[in-house]
Amino acid sequence: MSELWEAFLQAIQLIVTLNSEVVEIALRSLAISATAVVLASLVCIPAGGLIHFRNFQGKRVLINIIQTFYSLPTVCIGLFVFIFISRAGPLGELGLMFTPAAVVIGQMVLITPILMGLTISALSGVDKAIKDSALSSGATEFQAIWTIIKEARFAVVAAFIMGFGRAISEVGAAIILGGNIRGYTRVLTTAISLETQKGELVLALALGIILIALALIINVIVNLALQRY
Amino acid sequence: MTLLKTAQLGYGADCKTFLRNITFEVERAEVFALIGPTGAGKTTLLRLLNLLDTPTSGKIYFNGQDTAKSTQLRLHIRRRMAMVFQKPVVFNSSVYENIAYPLKVRGCGRKEIQTRVEEMLQITDLKGYEKRRARTLSGGEAQRVALARAMIARPELLLLDEPTANLDPVSVSKIEEVLANTIREQKTTVIMATHDMSQGQRLADMIGVLMNGEILQIGSPSEIFCSPSNKEVAEFVGVENILSGIISQKDGALVTINVDGATIEAISEFAVGDKIYVIIRPEDITFTLAKETSSARNVFQGEIARMTTVGQLVRIEADCGFLLLGVVTKRSAEELNLNLGKKIYASFKATAVHVIK
Repeated sequence: MSELWEAFLQAIQLIVTLNSEVVEIALRSLAISATAVVLASLVCIPAGGLIHFRNFQGKRVLINIIQTFYSLPTVCIGLFVFIFISRAGPLGELGLMFTPAAVVIGQMVLITPILMGLTISALSGVDKAIKDSALSSGATEFQAIWTIIKEARFAVVAAFIMGFGRAISEVGAAIILGGNIRGYTRVLTTAISLETQKGELVLALALGIILIALALIINVIVNLALQRY
Repeated sequence: MTLLKTAQLGYGADCKTFLRNITFEVERAEVFALIGPTGAGKTTLLRLLNLLDTPTSGKIYFNGQDTAKSTQLRLHIRRRMAMVFQKPVVFNSSVYENIAYPLKVRGCGRKEIQTRVEEMLQITDLKGYEKRRARTLSGGEAQRVALARAMIARPELLLLDEPTANLDPVSVSKIEEVLANTIREQKTTVIMATHDMSQGQRLADMIGVLMNGEILQIGSPSEIFCSPSNKEVAEFVGVENILSGIISQKDGALVTINVDGATIEAISEFAVGDKIYVIIRPEDITFTLAKETSSARNVFQGEIARMTTVGQLVRIEADCGFLLLGVVTKRSAEELNLNLGKKIYASFKATAVHVIK
């Protein structure tokens, strides 16, 4: 137990002294997951808006499928994307395998259902009369969707942060697609996994603390956003 | 000139029919009131006219154009009209932003928006509210914001869905004043749904009576209130003295109607044996103490069963074998010394009787 405590103290020291490797891995994690969530949001939030806005056959089934995919195992997504971008895959020529871009793609696929589903839920909470008022005021379909998103802005922000939380904390896709290459594709989760296996508990713990701290910050932001909503 | 026309309009969803065979026309600068009980389909019809929902059958023509032609045309036409909903709806932003919305989505410039919003704030008596969050307003204030938002883009057609329902009397009169001014000054065409008969009468040029998803009668307010086309309309518009009877004789246009054993003479197109309803307006009934010789074809002896004083008028229900309601002034009632149980004669002309099926 005392060993663990010592490791914890050393880990804190690594963070406080801004150990270059720890900082580098944390920043890369943030950059990759932030890119993934921003790119995915650009597609998923409007797409969620469109699904909410339009009435079509199979809408409920589609929403059910999206919600089912919330809990898709990350390794499955890693495998799925791997098939597409590996040398022999249909997108193999792009040479994306074992690059940060591959991890971004994996995380984007992972959080797409969450972003889309939570956007749909957020917009469903907006009074239907808002949509009618927007259209009645002369808004185009896109303008009306944008108005509804603005009405549900806090819940949509919450969806964005939830997506980010899921992206930064996943390990399966990052390890399969990124390959955990030191100084290139190594992110917090893959590093923790590796360092733990190597017995480098101090470093693993320091990275773990950072990851949990990030998760905590994200949670605080989500709660603040939801309170305001 | 006709601005809006519907042809055989129908709407149904989930195996239910909400509207059927709706055909009517609204002229430019006309105020058309849709009256009918709650659940008659007024809101559904207004939503179809605002092109928010698509009819399951029939057509809507705006300024002669078929609105079903294309999505682009629907947007273009929708931008020439505006709707105020029954429940005040405001966006979660400032009053200014709310009122400016229709101009923003039309891509108007900042300067123009500012001028027009100022103008609307003035008209709707909302000056000083522009920075307030619209969600913090009272129901009446929020409805005025909704009205300002509807009018800012100067729509050719204004659709109002019971805009004053659930509001306090002061808010109602404020909103009605704004509406009346707009109608007068801008010659806006208005279609308004209401279940408030007096509001329909006050504001409308034409009235359509919508019941159970069908338009039963269209006419001027006096036509609707004096000559309802059938018993449902008569009952809804508050006509008193609706008596059921059978036509027993016919001599040209003059018919004799058997009502509970008594005979009433009237002018009607219906044939002998037809089951009909007789409508007599209370103002057309004269009460006398003795049987007098007059041109009135219908004179019945009865006794006063009930008397109710309403302001300067007294409503008298006379039992003549059937109940007849008439109205006299308070002074006449005093001079004739009318009181409960008193024997009187009630008379009315054959031409004052309206016969419906």
